[in-house]
Amino acid sequence: MSAGRLQGGGAPLGLLPGALRGSAERFAGRHQSLAVLVGVALVGALLPLVISVPPFSGFGNRNDFVDGFANAGVFVLLALGLNVVVGLAGLLDLGYAAFFAIGSYAYAYGASPFSHLDVPFWPMLVVGALVAATFGILLGAPTLRLRGDYLAIVTLGFGEIVPVVFTNSDTYTNGTNGISAVYQPSLHGLFGIGSFGFGNPWPYYITVLMIVAIAMILLYRLQDSRLGRAWVAIREDEVAAASMGINTVTTKLLAFAIGASTAGLAGVFNASKLSIVSPDQFGFTVSFTVLAMVVLGGMGNIWGVAIGAFTLYEIQSVFLKQLTNFVQGLHLPAVDLGFLRLDISGIDFVQYQFLLYGLALVAMMLLRPEGLFPSRQRKRELHESAEEAAESNEDVVQT
Amino acid sequence: MRPRPGRALLVPAVLLLLATLDWTYIGTEQFVNALTIGAVYALIALGYTMVYGIIELINFAHGDIFMVGSFVTYWLLSSLGFNGTISDPPLLAVVLVGAFLVTMVLLGVVGVVIERFAYRPLRNAPRLAPLITAIGVSFILQNIIQIFFGPSPISAPQVIDVQARVSIGGIDISVVKLFVIAIAFILMIALQTFVSRTRMGRAMRSTAIDRDAAQLMGVDINTTIAVTFFIGSALAGAAGVVQVLYLGTTNFQLGFQAGLKAFTSAVLGGIGNITGAALGGFLIGFIEVNSTVAGLSRWSEAIVFGILVLVLVFRPTGLLGQQLGERA
Repeated sequence: MSAGRLQGGGAPLGLLPGALRGSAERFAGRHQSLAVLVGVALVGALLPLVISVPPFSGFGNRNDFVDGFANAGVFVLLALGLNVVVGLAGLLDLGYAAFFAIGSYAYAYGASPFSHLDVPFWPMLVVGALVAATFGILLGAPTLRLRGDYLAIVTLGFGEIVPVVFTNSDTYTNGTNGISAVYQPSLHGLFGIGSFGFGNPWPYYITVLMIVAIAMILLYRLQDSRLGRAWVAIREDEVAAASMGINTVTTKLLAFAIGASTAGLAGVFNASKLSIVSPDQFGFTVSFTVLAMVVLGGMGNIWGVAIGAFTLYEIQSVFLKQLTNFVQGLHLPAVDLGFLRLDISGIDFVQYQFLLYGLALVAMMLLRPEGLFPSRQRKRELHESAEEAAESNEDVVQT
Repeated sequence: MRPRPGRALLVPAVLLLLATLDWTYIGTEQFVNALTIGAVYALIALGYTMVYGIIELINFAHGDIFMVGSFVTYWLLSSLGFNGTISDPPLLAVVLVGAFLVTMVLLGVVGVVIERFAYRPLRNAPRLAPLITAIGVSFILQNIIQIFFGPSPISAPQVIDVQARVSIGGIDISVVKLFVIAIAFILMIALQTFVSRTRMGRAMRSTAIDRDAAQLMGVDINTTIAVTFFIGSALAGAAGVVQVLYLGTTNFQLGFQAGLKAFTSAVLGGIGNITGAALGGFLIGFIEVNSTVAGLSRWSEAIVFGILVLVLVFRPTGLLGQQLGERA
């Protein structure tokens, strides 16, 4: 398990120079939770600084950036949760947005004029996570017998059913219009940076950083625990895991529950930030974006997944949307080739954003098929002789 | 499980009984509608199931191939100056054959190109990597169509008169729907014959069972997989033509929902199984039409997936499927 522990700071440490890296890795190995906390705090402090420096400052003003980072935090949380289900336990979940929706609606119902329950934000974080976890178990239970891609399609089905249910249960969810005027968190003058509101993204940014840090610490602890090893065992070979005395039913359900609860946290935070919740926010695109983040970051590597999520979110929602302004700001001269006049500044990149996003996904996957930061343990497993893997699969078929 | 005599007849018998009961419930008109919708899903599902059978990839760009097919048909018909019904039978026949041929070949080539650049380099990569590129390809196809044809739904010329009806054995049927159902059945039978009778079909089946062993026996894996993609995408293209003929409208986001339903059909029937995909497609058509008749059209999607979950809980490999290995 020592290799697993070292990943405590594995991904970001790769960016450090050699000498520093050695001692930082030793520190991360010994004080894992503290290392995660320091790591998140460092990243959190550096991001607002980085964006004031030229190439980045061309993309927009600082508050917009911080607002984008807070939104990215939501996706980091989602990716961390899905990583438990897909990366650790090896259960392909294509309907993960369902739990995000459940968390969001739990908060919107509990804290808006719609129901007059008026529960404050902080306890609702816990409630949202618990509600989502309950649904994780409820939706996970019928899928326990399913293997591989059959599981994928059933979760995909749940991902489609949940928004339909929310759309049609008008009494509780206000139907297609969704629940609006959801309360924003209130904590007067959090660390002297003002209160939560649309104009001030900083409290949200700090809140999401804290949630992400806590989630990461807990997930690292879980990954190295008996339960985490049981997940990996099930991922590698369910029959062997069961014969070693692992209760596959509870282990799988716990993976669903913990994955779902993280999505619930993300949902509560997102609902409080957007202040409106409607069924169309939780479509299939969300599930897929999060899956792409997990795979791109490097399945099973917590830091890798977090960085993958952040990168993909920034590419999709900031870089591609601001590209037109940015390129125009560069004042590139038009190239005239006689038969072809190429004026890059005149291209409206927003029109091509999905094309570019798709190309980016394909290119990144082709260049790094195992993700940007593959989990070391998983990497070793993947490069074992392929025949062995094939044989173990044959065994599964025969049962 | 040993096949028992009589068991093979059980499924068709039950289905026939259910269909007859349903006919009396929803009436002839809706019954034909269900068959028509089911035919479109089945055509798309065939591509899903073939690709899954041979390389175990859920090809999420496949629904968008269908969408591109409908736009190619629209572009073809409108650029040739056909804006409405064609009443001259020989001309209509030529136009239909041309539309199917051009769309199917073009989309087949698109499918092969996608396989070559987005999936083949990842054939030995972790299983989820090609799934992500498939999503990327789906975004690319949607954006390209949106750039050329705009974001709003377009109405395409319906060359077959939608009002025209024929009477077969005392039952009055719309000509377009009859044509759609017939085309779907012809293509499915052709596919089944190709896969079970030809040399390439045998290569496809053996590659699906064991790629390495097939290669050792002299099967050209790359060509076989490319042909699979060509046929699967061509069938989705045919479904695109059918969409234009039958509904006369299309939009760049059409592929996603249709692809989802078609994939569900493939899984419902037992993924990797050609007959299963066709069966699943028709089943979903019937489920949708029945829920609309019962006044539950708002819930039809939830009902489709609810039934899928129920079927998989009791038959974890679909209706006609076999046990598959698990590779996450």
